[in-house]
Amino acid sequence: MAATRQRKEQAIQMLFFLFAAFSIVLLALILIFLFREGLPIFKTVTPIDFIFGKFWYPTYEPPEYGIWPLIVGSLVVTFIASAIAVPLGVLSAVYISEIAPASIKEILKSVIELIAGIPSVVLGFFGMVILAPWMQETFDLPTGLNIMNASLVLALMAVPTISSISEDALYAVPNEFKEASYALGATKYETIVKVIIPAALSGISTAVILGMARAIGETMVVLMVAGGAAAIPESLFDSVRPMPASIAAEMGEAPFRSGHYHALFATGIVLFFLTLAFNLLADYISNRFKEVGSATL
Amino acid sequence: MNLTSDNSITWRYAKQQVFFNIVRLAALLISAALGGLLLFIIASGIQAISWDFITLPPRDSMTKGGIMPAIVGTFYLTLGAIAIALPLGVASAIYLSEYARQGTIVRIIRIGVNCLAGVPSVVFGLFGLGFFVVYLKFGSSILSGALTLGILILPTIIGASEEALKAVPQTFREASLALGVSKWGTILRIVLPNALPGILTGSILGIGRAAGETAPIMFTAAAFFTAKLPESIFDEVMALPYHVYVLATAGTHIEETRSIQYGTVLVLVALVLGIDLIAIAIRSAMRKRKKW
Repeated sequence: MAATRQRKEQAIQMLFFLFAAFSIVLLALILIFLFREGLPIFKTVTPIDFIFGKFWYPTYEPPEYGIWPLIVGSLVVTFIASAIAVPLGVLSAVYISEIAPASIKEILKSVIELIAGIPSVVLGFFGMVILAPWMQETFDLPTGLNIMNASLVLALMAVPTISSISEDALYAVPNEFKEASYALGATKYETIVKVIIPAALSGISTAVILGMARAIGETMVVLMVAGGAAAIPESLFDSVRPMPASIAAEMGEAPFRSGHYHALFATGIVLFFLTLAFNLLADYISNRFKEVGSATL
Repeated sequence: MNLTSDNSITWRYAKQQVFFNIVRLAALLISAALGGLLLFIIASGIQAISWDFITLPPRDSMTKGGIMPAIVGTFYLTLGAIAIALPLGVASAIYLSEYARQGTIVRIIRIGVNCLAGVPSVVFGLFGLGFFVVYLKFGSSILSGALTLGILILPTIIGASEEALKAVPQTFREASLALGVSKWGTILRIVLPNALPGILTGSILGIGRAAGETAPIMFTAAAFFTAKLPESIFDEVMALPYHVYVLATAGTHIEETRSIQYGTVLVLVALVLGIDLIAIAIRSAMRKRKKW
């Protein structure tokens, strides 16, 4: 009797393990099918020429499959977006966690959650119909669809990620740290800058990396507002074609299993590993420096 | 002591004041961005909204008429996605929270879930195209799109469910086990019911996310225009986010359809943020009522 029950319990546990392991299976499937559709391009172009090739002319005859301009496009918009989003995200997290009165705190947390909830296609639309004409007129540009516009919209998308994870990290700093600092006569400002932020730094770094990963993988915004020129940019107001934009824009027109189709999947592989690297780095940092607390001092 | 030195109390508090104001400014900027965005969406979209706009299909090459097929399509895709992700996600969370002991395997599963959460949406789209559409021959259909969206929101559901399960006090489990109930019985009758509101919140947020995504359905489900409503899960559908994208970027009627674009954006945002607000409301009601 007891033995049957135990066997049943073990079977149930095994079943749940299989469900949990399914995420790993999915990740493997994603890789397998990206490779299946993407690797054939390397019969016509070497991986080095594919990644560092400066010309992306997939529909020319003969076609050129170099995604370096797309990679540069992705990196440029991501870094500029981060330069805007990191201060905003971290400072708003400091405000929410350390300074704001309780009522404002709740409102701000909802504000950030709502920003995170706005569909990316809506933000892209906003960039197209409002920011682009404004930029074109104000700075007298040939087009308002450019790096700066895409970066601004991407920054707004990255703020919620950076802010909410940073806030968790700040919140997790033990109260004793603050109390000790106050007891030594430090002001609130000194306590925040010299004690709380350093103690939460690993969490804040994780937040920044995940925010950047979010920006680099975001598709609709760069598809709609980055302009779409597959060339290496020379100014902040040049238009670019980041990797996700190139995939989304061209997949519909690429003939099934043509070189172009395989090249777009291969671009997906590069994008996948780039964001994977960001995520693994974030995971490493948050685990490596997890132990904040009296025990680590 | 020199009162004008760097260490004077006045100077230290002045610095604090400046810092606080910068921090407040950051919070204000973010709120203003959301406020401005919502104001723009509502103000420009409201005149397009009418009963006909919501209940009629498009006509005259989509320059007139409503967006009913896109609303229906988004509804089917979202429903399918949650039907796939919810059971899988809750079951994974039960394993991670109730059964798993800390160790290498659990660590690997956790990293896997985190990585899955970080996969760019367009890569999910490529995967859906390569696997569901091409390899499994589902074609561009509701089924392919819902499966792709389901995988996309799976990490969200796992994360929220795990948090909800962990929030159930250990004493509840111990009391049940002490009464001779098996571990599975305890999970089914004690842990899950108490975690239900939290799981619900997570699922609703997942629904909101699925409804607003564009890139994953571009190659797996979405159609530019369909004359009739879908009749089976193997039909292509129109969807609200994709409708916004195509009207705003493709075709020869971009300027003519501006008001339809604004209206569609408003419907989409109202739908997604409405769903999110329901989740936020459930969560705050739950926090207030919590018995332990």
